[in-house]
Amino acid sequence: MNTIDLETTDLRRANRLLQGRAREGGAERTFTVTNPRGAHALAAGLDRAIDVTIQGHVGYYCAGMNQKASVTIEGNAGVGVAENMMSGTVRVTGDASQSAGATAHGGLLVIEGNAASRCGISMKGVDIVVRGSVGHNSAFMAQAGHLVICGDADDGLGDSIYETVIFLRGAAKGLGADCEEKEITADDRKILAALLQRAGLTDQDPGAFRRYGSARRLYNFKIDNLGAY
Amino acid sequence: MSMDTSHLRESQIFDRATIHDIQRAASEGIYKIRGFGAKRKLPHFDDLVFLGASVSRYPLEGYREACGTDVTLGARHAERPLTIDIPVTIAGMSFGSLSAQAKEALGRGASAVGTSTTTGDGGMTQEERGHSTKLVYQYLPSRYGMNPDDLRKADAIEVVVGQGAKPGGGGMLLGHKISERVAEMRTLPKDIDQRSACRHPDWTGPDDLEIKIRELREITDWQVPIYVKVGATRTYYDTMLAVKSGADVVVVDGMQGGTGATQECFIEHVGIPTLPAVRLAAEALRELGLHRTGVQLIVSGGIRSGADVAKAIALGADAVSIGTAALIALGDNRPDLAAEYEKLGTAPGFYEDWQAGRDPAGITTQDPDLSKRLDPEKAGQRLANYLRVLTLEAQTLARACGKSHVRNLEPEDLQALTIEAAAMAKVPLAGTGWIPGQGF
Ligand SMILES: Cc1cc2nc3c(=O)[nH]c(=O)nc-3n(C[C@H](O)[C@H](O)[C@H](O)COP(=O)(O)O)c2cc1C
Repeated sequence: MNTIDLETTDLRRANRLLQGRAREGGAERTFTVTNPRGAHALAAGLDRAIDVTIQGHVGYYCAGMNQKASVTIEGNAGVGVAENMMSGTVRVTGDASQSAGATAHGGLLVIEGNAASRCGISMKGVDIVVRGSVGHNSAFMAQAGHLVICGDADDGLGDSIYETVIFLRGAAKGLGADCEEKEITADDRKILAALLQRAGLTDQDPGAFRRYGSARRLYNFKIDNLGAY
Repeated sequence: MSMDTSHLRESQIFDRATIHDIQRAASEGIYKIRGFGAKRKLPHFDDLVFLGASVSRYPLEGYREACGTDVTLGARHAERPLTIDIPVTIAGMSFGSLSAQAKEALGRGASAVGTSTTTGDGGMTQEERGHSTKLVYQYLPSRYGMNPDDLRKADAIEVVVGQGAKPGGGGMLLGHKISERVAEMRTLPKDIDQRSACRHPDWTGPDDLEIKIRELREITDWQVPIYVKVGATRTYYDTMLAVKSGADVVVVDGMQGGTGATQECFIEHVGIPTLPAVRLAAEALRELGLHRTGVQLIVSGGIRSGADVAKAIALGADAVSIGTAALIALGDNRPDLAAEYEKLGTAPGFYEDWQAGRDPAGITTQDPDLSKRLDPEKAGQRLANYLRVLTLEAQTLARACGKSHVRNLEPEDLQALTIEAAAMAKVPLAGTGWIPGQGF
């Protein structure tokens, strides 16, 4: 195992080691990063199947655009954790700031604490599982993938949502434009149970969630919907 | 015989086009969305003239004495700065708004003369990557099709904050232009009206932008230049803030800038013209001590001729980029399509319905039959010809001003024909030493 201490290693070198671009350390598959102290863009642009554990809080865009790697943040994450992730897994043991998983196309993002506003904004296929609650306008313009919220959701959940499916256990303070509650079928519950399983949240009862998605009323511009634009 | 209309007086305020607009709004109940750029009269490069050589300045010999045109972009931070052979690039136009054939033609034409093309809202297609030797990848609020593999294939990255046709507005692609391939690239259902976000989903403001640019550099290993594109509004401050955020190149798009589809009220009423925008951006760069050295300025919005290119450079741009003119060079608004345009209720020279997807020239469409009509090789050759003419014209004017490289053109070479242009470009009104706002 390779330990990268950010107190003595600069960010660019740390990322090059993790990305396998540095001359040494290319064969390593497991990394521990210490003293992150809110560093931005840490472990961004990984594109190989490695395990990275970050011991401490990270700044913006940790694990941004991740491909294949499994990254665990033992602490809180700043804005845009796992933004535009393509594949792999990112786990935050603490809370995540705004825009967690923004525009992510694939992979799994697990937030064991709460997520701030705009969690899953414009998500494009990622699965996001939040153990706590999410802030306002989560799943804003969300296109594909699943957002599982075990706690509550603040105002504007799923505003202008496309085809993302939201599973919410607690209460939504308010739904955004064109987001509505949908019937939850046995198949939906199976999908949900699998997501909870993958996230390691097996104490959550899939039977206790409700499903939300797009009413598809704003898909084509119609003057009758003027109030919603 | 048609009626004698010489006694009919058209209102300046309610002219026929305005009356038609009101009638259209009353019947359709929705704002007008169209392509093209601002159509109204605006202060522009036509309002400037070059002084040329005189007793106190001597010109260079045309064709014999060299006049360089190359531009290197992004040497400030990137390990692989991008050098283009001519000071004209192809602006970002999305696959979706344009057919795959049109994207390929743009790549072929630009590559033939050693310049770059730019992706657009909707991601990178194989056609454009394959046929563009130099490709700039746009990083837009929608992040449609955004992925790190394509990001690393790019020769430069352009973070799009705004566009001249619609500063503060998001994108729009109407349902009838969403083919299966476009829908798939954007991860959206077919046939729906797609709105691209107007704000980036994970950053707001210059402090965040700086961190975002750092992230993009980390992901691409600091290899390629990063541009920031803004619509021309608060251009002086936007330029300052983009540079502070780490941009290698600032792209400023004036209000004349073309669009694939935008509300007409937006196209005609938001943003400032290209003329003052170039000057403001150059002023900011000069103040930072980075003009012509650290950070490059690319300007767009209504560039049509080599004279426009040369004037933009003289006012401080390092290069220009073109959208509308490039599409016209490919074959848009061609006279021989008159009969087809008539069926669409329009005529060559007026066609602006790039949002509608029924382009008889096969450029702004996703219809397979229509887009097949565009031969990417031939259209690419037409574009290459046009780009060569722009370059030759700009060189001709630069030589006349005694410059051995187009980048040596300067505001001192220009005078203005109107008071507005003099005030906006801050060059003297022709025949006077007067720049409005700077005393007498
Ligand atoms: C058909 C079309 C599509 C466009 N799509 C984009 C786009 O996806 N992203 C972008 O930043 N600008 C887009 N633009 C604006 C151009 O990049 C450029 O700013 C503008 O065309 C320059 O002005 P000009 O058309 O007068 O040359 C588009 C323009 C046109 C004409």
